[in-house]
Amino acid sequence: MKLSTIVCKEILERKSQLLTSFMAILLGVTVIVSIKNITYYSEKAVARELDALGANVLVLPKSATLQDYYRADMQGEVMPEEYVTTLATSSLEGLDNLSPKLSVPVTVRGTSCTLTGILPKSEFQSKSAWAGAGIFSMPATGCGTVAQLAGTQEPPKETLVRKRVIDTLESNEALIGAEVGGSLKLKQDDMIDVLGKQFRVTAVLPQTGTVDDSRIFAHLHTVQELAGKGPVINAIEIIGCCQEISKGLVSKINELLPGAKVVTIAQVVETQVKTNRMMAGLSLLFLSIIALVGGATIANYMYANVYERRREIGTLLALGASSGMILRMFLLKAVILGVGGGIGGYILGTVLAATLGPRIAGVLIFPMPMLFVWAVLISTIIAVIASLLPAHNAARLDPCLTLREM
Amino acid sequence: MLTMENVTKQYTRRRHEIIGLRNANLRIDNGEFVAIVGPSGSGKSTLLLMLGGMLSPSSGRVCVDGQSIYDLSVNGRAALRKQKIGFVFQTFNLVPYLSALQNVQVPLYLAGLVDGQQTGIATRLLERVGLGDRLDHKPSELSVGQQQRVALARMLANDPKIILADEPTGNLDPETGSNILEFFAELNAEGRTVVMVTHDARAAAVRATRTMRIVDGSIQPHNAQELLSPLPQLQPAMQ
Repeated sequence: MKLSTIVCKEILERKSQLLTSFMAILLGVTVIVSIKNITYYSEKAVARELDALGANVLVLPKSATLQDYYRADMQGEVMPEEYVTTLATSSLEGLDNLSPKLSVPVTVRGTSCTLTGILPKSEFQSKSAWAGAGIFSMPATGCGTVAQLAGTQEPPKETLVRKRVIDTLESNEALIGAEVGGSLKLKQDDMIDVLGKQFRVTAVLPQTGTVDDSRIFAHLHTVQELAGKGPVINAIEIIGCCQEISKGLVSKINELLPGAKVVTIAQVVETQVKTNRMMAGLSLLFLSIIALVGGATIANYMYANVYERRREIGTLLALGASSGMILRMFLLKAVILGVGGGIGGYILGTVLAATLGPRIAGVLIFPMPMLFVWAVLISTIIAVIASLLPAHNAARLDPCLTLREM
Repeated sequence: MLTMENVTKQYTRRRHEIIGLRNANLRIDNGEFVAIVGPSGSGKSTLLLMLGGMLSPSSGRVCVDGQSIYDLSVNGRAALRKQKIGFVFQTFNLVPYLSALQNVQVPLYLAGLVDGQQTGIATRLLERVGLGDRLDHKPSELSVGQQQRVALARMLANDPKIILADEPTGNLDPETGSNILEFFAELNAEGRTVVMVTHDARAAAVRATRTMRIVDGSIQPHNAQELLSPLPQLQPAMQ
């Protein structure tokens, strides 16, 4: 015989009375777990979509405008290249990739196009001042991450279209946009003359449907030299972690580079932020409901239970039980109720989310172990708090009043 | 030894003052079997609750073995009950969802005994009251007489020196009631002090070594032996 024996036997004896309060906490936890689960995987899905878009933050000269996102670097306004260094050596989190650009209009074999200078990743890594502190030493986090760690195999250069950076690019190499490649009938390893310099075509990029199709990409420093503009750039494209953007990455970059304008793909980020806020609000709403309804139901049940068992309590006191033991007896019951509701709510909530997630949010849902701990803790805390007063009353019952026949 | 010194208990119910006990003085020596008789509402139960440390007096002192029990804390009185006092109730007050064995184990658990010890002692006690074959039965599966015997076994679990019984035969048939009283006498013979509240003065007279009567909260000595003399023959009212 232990205290738990008494509590468990009593629960089993009066299980039908316990059912209502158990259901209240079970359903509350179920709803919260399913919302949290769907929210988490929705956020991940949005983050993936944002990553798929490529660069999602642009650093532009202060006077530049953003009428066309894809043409933002073609306005002629310039800013110092050292901004790249400032960003790369900063401790800002969520900067997954940087791609500085300098664009100049050119005509090649009678075809108007844009020569865009880009800085390959090898250039970042070769600068000793950036080593260890730069973004390329950070491990991949899965949040919009496309940066590759040194030593890994170089991906094909065509990935520039999506990733906005490439690993290596020699001073005499060029990547050709699909439209330019098509009009000039260029293929890999062809030679092309741009602004009097011969470039070898290392790849013809796939079609994107944007102005990138009419670009010729070459090494930034080569383009700077050909344009005679010195160490300047028109824009820095950044692939920022979606969650960090939501947390204010743009304003942090603004603080870091007060002489530049920092913009982001507002709609996507706003959608993400709105979704996050709505889901967080919904979770909070349900948490309040579970705390109020579940808590009130449990408190009501506990009061009734104490009243019904007052003779039993009086008997236990007459047999020598301390008021602390009576208190523990009711609180243990609350803990069992809370843990049971939490476990059941987690299982039901996960099943509900896995069923509804693909239909409501179009995302696949998987069980989240962290939510298990959270669900059990929340429901146990609510059950214990709701039972505190009834349990305290039970512990303070006058044994004389509970043994009326005496 | 149980003593009461100038104990008064007043209640207020619906703005009316009720005297439960009035300036009561009492001394019960170790090993006595005292029966307290009186009509309903006379204060018998108040007296018993006070002796058990469960109802504090409005004034006066209640002592167990010289210790003023209402000078102890609530938990101190609970500990005293656990060590020295066994209660028997008219309605047995068994925990309905526990088996006979588990009901007897409750005071042993409260005393801090481990499960194995609890089971051994509880089994022996139930065998002593003749319920060795009903260990796993719940109270609802036992007759009222058997329930009272489980309650007696439970009362004996902490080996109390003092037994406080409130109408222990009130719900029983005469034969079972007689057996229970015999059992109390047996416990008294073992050296335990028995204080029994009853309205059955004849039953009290048969077993108790001393009988007291409570009338309107006042304790009076009572000669119960006269109740044992044969009843006078009733004369026919009309020839």
